[in-house]
Amino acid sequence: MSDVCKVKQYVWELPLRWFHWINVLAIVILSGTGFLIGHPVTLGASASDYAMGWIRLIHFVAAYAFTVSVASRVVWAFIGNEHASWRAFFPMYSAKGREKLRHMIRYYTLQTHEVPEIVGHNPLATTAYFVLFLIYLAMILTGFAMYATHAPGGIMFKSLGFMYSHFTLQGMRLAHHFGMWLIFGFVINHIYSAWLMDIKEHGGEISSMFSGYKFTVKKGE
Amino acid sequence: MSTTRTERSKDTQGESLHHEDLSISQILKERGVSRRDFLKFCSTVTAALALPPSFAPSVAQALDEVKRPPLVWLEFQGCTGDSEALLRSANPTVAEIVLDILSVDYHETIMAAAGHQAEAALDKTITDYKGKYFAVIEGSIPMKDGGIYGCVGGKSNLERARQVCGGAAATIAIGNCASYGGIPAAAPNPTGAVGVKEAVPGATVINLPGCPCNADNLTATIVHYLVFNKIPALDGHGRPLFAYGKRIHDNCERRPHFDAGQYVEKWGDDGHRRGYCLYKMGCKGPATFHNCPTQRYNEKTAWPIGSGHPCVGCAEPQFWDVMSPMYRRLPNVPGFGIEHTADAIGLGLAAGAAGAFVVHGALSAMRKDKEPGEDAKED
Repeated sequence: MSDVCKVKQYVWELPLRWFHWINVLAIVILSGTGFLIGHPVTLGASASDYAMGWIRLIHFVAAYAFTVSVASRVVWAFIGNEHASWRAFFPMYSAKGREKLRHMIRYYTLQTHEVPEIVGHNPLATTAYFVLFLIYLAMILTGFAMYATHAPGGIMFKSLGFMYSHFTLQGMRLAHHFGMWLIFGFVINHIYSAWLMDIKEHGGEISSMFSGYKFTVKKGE
Repeated sequence: MSTTRTERSKDTQGESLHHEDLSISQILKERGVSRRDFLKFCSTVTAALALPPSFAPSVAQALDEVKRPPLVWLEFQGCTGDSEALLRSANPTVAEIVLDILSVDYHETIMAAAGHQAEAALDKTITDYKGKYFAVIEGSIPMKDGGIYGCVGGKSNLERARQVCGGAAATIAIGNCASYGGIPAAAPNPTGAVGVKEAVPGATVINLPGCPCNADNLTATIVHYLVFNKIPALDGHGRPLFAYGKRIHDNCERRPHFDAGQYVEKWGDDGHRRGYCLYKMGCKGPATFHNCPTQRYNEKTAWPIGSGHPCVGCAEPQFWDVMSPMYRRLPNVPGFGIEHTADAIGLGLAAGAAGAFVVHGALSAMRKDKEPGEDAKED
């Protein structure tokens, strides 16, 4: 236990926290309804029921919310603070970033006892987030491409034309299932890492996503 | 319909020439098809083309005036299922009219002529009517090893396709094989089978996939050409939008059961007997564009889902590979056994990740790590 007096720093701005928690809620809803769409259970008592209809409606509404949230986060990477910046997602491209990344990897692989102190995103995490964003993109594209087939010739169908010429609908369906499992894998990792760093760093890692504040030894990045 | 022009030219060449000058309605009259049946046919085909009923008189008028276009039908690497589908049309009028509208000059399966005589008839038609005749291609075209896996009269299918499709007003690729390679092109595709458009990229090709193609869609395509003098609007896979513009899932008679949440769980269960949705039995209706639910087969009496079998997606490119396994929702994952579904593998991955982090967490908890302090280096 260190007895150093820590500095309170505002790291995560309000819109960023909103995007995070909207994504969490959307992913939970999308996964739950997605399971029921992929492996439906007989819920209807009569042909006049609309169980699957509602499940799909919820899935699609959550999908739109998720897409808007992800798109907003991408825009925020250009207008938000330094911690939200797109630059944070490419630590490989700066000498300092590479140094931090190396330290983080050494710490995660139990090769050093020195807990790295990081104010904003951890460089290893942002590398994972970049991959996660690609998975999000794949989920959004395959999801809307499958969705748009209900109205062939519509605007959405036409603007996703490249999807249909490169992939089959069955292939998209398979990728959509795998994408969910990859996101689950990420979530397990993400929650674990947040828990680990919260314990080891004593910087308010977990609460920072609610309050926006972190506690660090030194003021600055 | 077995009377092709090849045969006629043998007996009565004079009459054959005269015959070509007759309009379709005159020919039908000669064949004893009543005006009423003709108009009924015009209404049916107008509906198949997804045109409003007010178009029926225009269709009738156009068909009255049009001269019979010559048509050659080539059988390549296929099972003749599409010819069968056409010939087995139960109600005689529609099928008869199709073939009576067209002057079928060459059709390996049904023509009387054989050998060099038949080949000569084909050569004559494609020379004399260059740019005016229709070509209907059934079956895929093998490309491997110079196309030697499919030859008729010493000429490879590829050679014939280039010759015939290149000079045709339009080529209709009938069935999935001619459209996209179909079953012969299924992995490992030993003959290098491809569809017509891929084999002859320069040709004007209308794909009418299906296994077999619905003969009504062939009729409608030809009528569209005769009435409007152009090929119908096509989708991204070269299929006419009037027949392939909607998903089976969206026009399915079992769709209310899908939306309600009523599914067949196994063959012959209560839900199956009540006609519930076949989604869980691997139905590919949500991934297949075809007018089966509205047009149906066998003179509109039946179609697979109507008969209690899930759609296998036979109107989609490479359906044999893409849509398999037939009775599962999702494709198999390459490199894993058939018992490993995508979700089983995904669950394994997630469980593996969770396990790894439990171990990591336990190890981390046991370690005495040095918390960042004043002496910690800035990073």
